[in-house]
Amino acid sequence: MKIHEYQGKSILARYGVPVPQGEVVFEASSARDVAKRLGGGVVVVKAQIHAGGRGKGGGVKVVKNADEAEEAAKKLLGMRLVTHQTGAEGQIVGRVLIEQGLKIKRELYLAVLVDRSTERPVLMVSQEGGVEIEKVAEETPEKIHKAFIHPTAGLSAFQTRQLAFALGLESAQIAQAGKLMTSVWEAFKATDASLIEINPLIVTEGGDLLALDAKITFDDNALYRHVELKELRDSAEEAPLEVEASKYALNYIKLDGTIGCMVNGAGLAMATMDIIKLAGGEPANFLDVGGGANAEQIKNAFRILMSDTAVKAVFINIFGGILRCDVLAEGVIAAVKDLGVPVPIVIRMEGTNVEQGKQMLRESGLNFTTADTMSEGAERVVALGAPAA
Amino acid sequence: MAVLIDRNTRLIVQGITGREGTFHAKAAQAYGTQLVGGVTPGKGGTTHEGWPVFHTVADAVRETGANATVIFVPPPFAADAIMEAADADIPLAVCITEGIPVLDMMKAMAIIRESKTRLIGPNCPGLITAGQAKAGIIPGHICKEGRVGIVSKSGTLTYEAIHQLTRLGLGQTTCIGIGGDPLIGTSFIDALRLFADDPQTEAVVMIGEIGGSAEQEAAEWIQASFKKPVVGFIAGQTAPEGRRMGHAGAIISGGKGTAAEKMEALTAAGVHVVRSPADIGEAVRSAL
Repeated sequence: MKIHEYQGKSILARYGVPVPQGEVVFEASSARDVAKRLGGGVVVVKAQIHAGGRGKGGGVKVVKNADEAEEAAKKLLGMRLVTHQTGAEGQIVGRVLIEQGLKIKRELYLAVLVDRSTERPVLMVSQEGGVEIEKVAEETPEKIHKAFIHPTAGLSAFQTRQLAFALGLESAQIAQAGKLMTSVWEAFKATDASLIEINPLIVTEGGDLLALDAKITFDDNALYRHVELKELRDSAEEAPLEVEASKYALNYIKLDGTIGCMVNGAGLAMATMDIIKLAGGEPANFLDVGGGANAEQIKNAFRILMSDTAVKAVFINIFGGILRCDVLAEGVIAAVKDLGVPVPIVIRMEGTNVEQGKQMLRESGLNFTTADTMSEGAERVVALGAPAA
Repeated sequence: MAVLIDRNTRLIVQGITGREGTFHAKAAQAYGTQLVGGVTPGKGGTTHEGWPVFHTVADAVRETGANATVIFVPPPFAADAIMEAADADIPLAVCITEGIPVLDMMKAMAIIRESKTRLIGPNCPGLITAGQAKAGIIPGHICKEGRVGIVSKSGTLTYEAIHQLTRLGLGQTTCIGIGGDPLIGTSFIDALRLFADDPQTEAVVMIGEIGGSAEQEAAEWIQASFKKPVVGFIAGQTAPEGRRMGHAGAIISGGKGTAAEKMEALTAAGVHVVRSPADIGEAVRSAL
């Protein structure tokens, strides 16, 4: 789960990471008051959306006084902000952060995440802050410094010193940097984060270190033990159909194509998208109904799939292991009868009780196309979904 | 022969009295697996569907001589169940559970790495040796004794591969689902090492997916050390960047972990990479 910058900063601050003073506002009129509370001088008005690249997309404004802060907030709120991460449709700005302006001397980078190959969390820093870290990693990997965090010893003081010196900090700042790094690690552990990224971590002209930006992603698998974090979810940031699907424990991701697909298992669902593409079509979605789906879930899956008006044909590809083909057939028949699905449906199923399932489909009196293999199914659904010549 | 499990394996189920545990314990026994008991803390001393139930894994191992365990324990308790299995020195632990928090897994992995226990999974379908035994949820009836080993991050896509091999009469030795989480006990390389030493396995199907770099690491190792033919498929060729595709580990981030880069690395290592999941079986046939 992703959260907004201002939410991330408030979590970091709770664990002792210095952040700029600021407040979030949902209406432009409040921006003036906040700017005044911050001293009435230079403030930064930052659009709060989850996607990165906000600065380049025009979502961050530096203004000189409270009047200008209100004006900037007015422009940003409700704006459709397009960045390299939002896609062409952009994301509507619903909240802005008003923050004190700071005199910046240096921009650094800091992140904590889980490193798969060492099976440990890694604290990464770089002197190349304020830019895309992927680029730094690609072009100049020697500029990224890492400390792997021991599962029982945790983050040691000597490791924070090594990183602080690698950042080229002055002796007087080493202790401050060590405390900041330890605090970030504490926040990571306590919230079951999967990523905390501070880019940039700044050194002010006065020599202080502060998190000027904050990106936190939580481990979805651990949210059950963090009720308070669940409340930070902003559904406006997610595709409405994905929010709907999550209510029924369905794993749905909307894509840009026209062939809807319903599959059991994540790997097979991805493979089904791939084979649709190979057959000349474009998948409209990823949808994994899971290993133990029941007829009711199949019906909900269908309803969500069909809410996407771009869908011109549907491919159901199920390999029944635990999920039985007769249960699938029952769910599909009920859904089609109830919802009156107006597009062609191609069904390929295999596995437990497959003959029984096929018989049910045949006897339903509904117009299904069946296929015996994945590739046959993909070719048929693409042909059926193609615009009439 | 085959690898990891066979008809002599003595299997217990952690979480045997739960719905999933019971269902799959029955299926494993019906397939021919020696299912010797189970563990549910608090229900030790009772029997469940005819199997003895123990409070702890250590008790179960001592009383039944179990040498493998399959874990069907809910996510909040699954990492602990893995550590308990390791503490009991059981040689093989297979964790089916999906949704274990990463930080819990990190602790469990630290214990596993210094233990005598090999962990398969978590978030995996387990493994099956065709015609002999299974630990996990792979349907037995689609398998057929044969000559091909399978190692895969996916569940149902593995079934698909098994089905294709069975239809072509090639059959399988052992099929290992290693799981789709970021942290897993047994890697592609670990599984390939086992297949390398198994005379019955003449070829291997390797099914990867987007995210991480395990496939690239496997490619390097295959090129240097693996002599048998390998057929590879990578799921997620059409997956968008930055989205988690069902599995916790299946995500392209910062342009890394794409299907294209994995396919390229495997091809360069001499693996027969198929673009379509429907071509896995045929590719094995021509590779043999």
